[in-house]
Amino acid sequence: MLCDVCKCNDAAVFLTQIVEGKMQKVNLCDACSKEKGVQDPTGFALADLLLGIGAAEEIEKGGAAQKCPVCGFTQSDFKKTGRLGCSTCYLTFAEGLGSLLKAMHKGTEHVGKVPEHAQRAAQLTDRMRNLSESLQKAVADENYETAASLRDQIKQLENDLTS
Amino acid sequence: MKLSSIISTQGEWLRGEGPHHQIVISSRVRFARNLRNRAFPGWAKKAERTAILDQIRPKVEQLPEMQDSFSELLQDLSALDKQVLVERHLISREHAAKGAGSALVMNRKQTLSVMINEEDHLRMQSMRSGLQLKQAFKLVDKIDSALESNLEFAFDPRLGYLTACPTNVGTGMRASAMLHLPGLVLSELINQVVQAVSKIGLAVRGLYGEGTEAMGNLFQISNQTTLGEKEDEIISRLTKVIETIIDKEHDARQVLLQKRSNTLWDQIGRAYGLLTYAHAMASKEALNLLSIIKLGVDLGAFPEERRLPIDELFIDTQPAHLQKSSQQKLNAEERDHLRAQIIRGRLKLFPKPDIGKLAKESGNGSAAKPSNNE
Repeated sequence: MLCDVCKCNDAAVFLTQIVEGKMQKVNLCDACSKEKGVQDPTGFALADLLLGIGAAEEIEKGGAAQKCPVCGFTQSDFKKTGRLGCSTCYLTFAEGLGSLLKAMHKGTEHVGKVPEHAQRAAQLTDRMRNLSESLQKAVADENYETAASLRDQIKQLENDLTS
Repeated sequence: MKLSSIISTQGEWLRGEGPHHQIVISSRVRFARNLRNRAFPGWAKKAERTAILDQIRPKVEQLPEMQDSFSELLQDLSALDKQVLVERHLISREHAAKGAGSALVMNRKQTLSVMINEEDHLRMQSMRSGLQLKQAFKLVDKIDSALESNLEFAFDPRLGYLTACPTNVGTGMRASAMLHLPGLVLSELINQVVQAVSKIGLAVRGLYGEGTEAMGNLFQISNQTTLGEKEDEIISRLTKVIETIIDKEHDARQVLLQKRSNTLWDQIGRAYGLLTYAHAMASKEALNLLSIIKLGVDLGAFPEERRLPIDELFIDTQPAHLQKSSQQKLNAEERDHLRAQIIRGRLKLFPKPDIGKLAKESGNGSAAKPSNNE
């Protein structure tokens, strides 16, 4: 069995992670296990390692030879380090990252703290979501006047958001 | 503030007396933040890292909480000094490995430390003695809000705060506590607890040892996921689990006292004998023996005033601390001698273990419901 990271040496260290019933395995050769800090429990995060290997495969599915326009990061870089290059990478590799984040975390949407500069946008997005739900209901109820006014409000909010 | 004054005083969180401090040594909450439109530290070239550092550091130093702070570039610290900071849990091992382009800003009380250009541009952490996750959170939250008014953090409305590693995205928060669980280890119940906790999506690891081997019976428990939950939900969940573990630890100690008291006396006696008379001691053995003595203090076999010297020994017998206290370069064998010497010196004032005083633990712990730090 070959090492999952370098794919050239024989695997000697076998790691298994079981989280909420899901099992993931990583096979490493001696050299790669030392490099990834497997011997050091405080520095080593199995999740990060699995992420690097699993994520790289997911990202390859997303699209070949993708490179982040801002920092030049590629998927093979991700495979090597398990980390991204800059915040724009999250957009560049969004497709591959999506399923990964789902497996990694409790949810796929952030519900916690929002920095001030983003709060206005977050509030507008929330309001838009509520309005479009009401719009759908109004149309279903054949309440076309209400629906029309809601549609105009949504248009106004869209303008606010992009401005 | 100089490094030497940090070394000479134990941080407040180590000698403080937070709730349940016998079992929960310390609590820590860490936020990871990055600047927008800048490569993450692992990918950025040195010039960009330095530019980021020059942008961030003054803002951190200006915080009111950082008056008279310790602020240093990591390249200006020796490898030994950095290792000392790691042993004090003031910086991560990863940060100690950094050189040019990284820095550390820390407050005098050693309850707040900010690592610049570690895995992320900004890693802010607050440490407290005992189980005080909420208090630790409040402080980091406060400086995070203060800094975000001066620096633009990378944030996505759907994914939350963007971090170098996807495992931190969202809240960017890692809340953790260091627990001392000799009762569970001696009762061989620790594996059950670790497995049960892992199922809830929390991570438990031994603090120093390899794999499941825990040195000093010390364990760190932290949240594993950062996306999809609010910060206070993560903290409540973690706090509740820790409170359950505290109860289990107290129960395990009770059972040991009632059903396996001989094992307990034997362990305490041997630990006391070895620490008081040995002339060479490796750090792993020292940690394990000190852990038993600490248990002895908890159970009343040693007077309460002896608690602090033991807690200090946990840190002072670490390799870099030993080297720092000696003028010459020590090899492993010499360190072991010095370690044993320091331990013998501190334990000279220790009375012999008073087994008769090993009263039932009902005075402290499981009877009193853990106070909620709400």
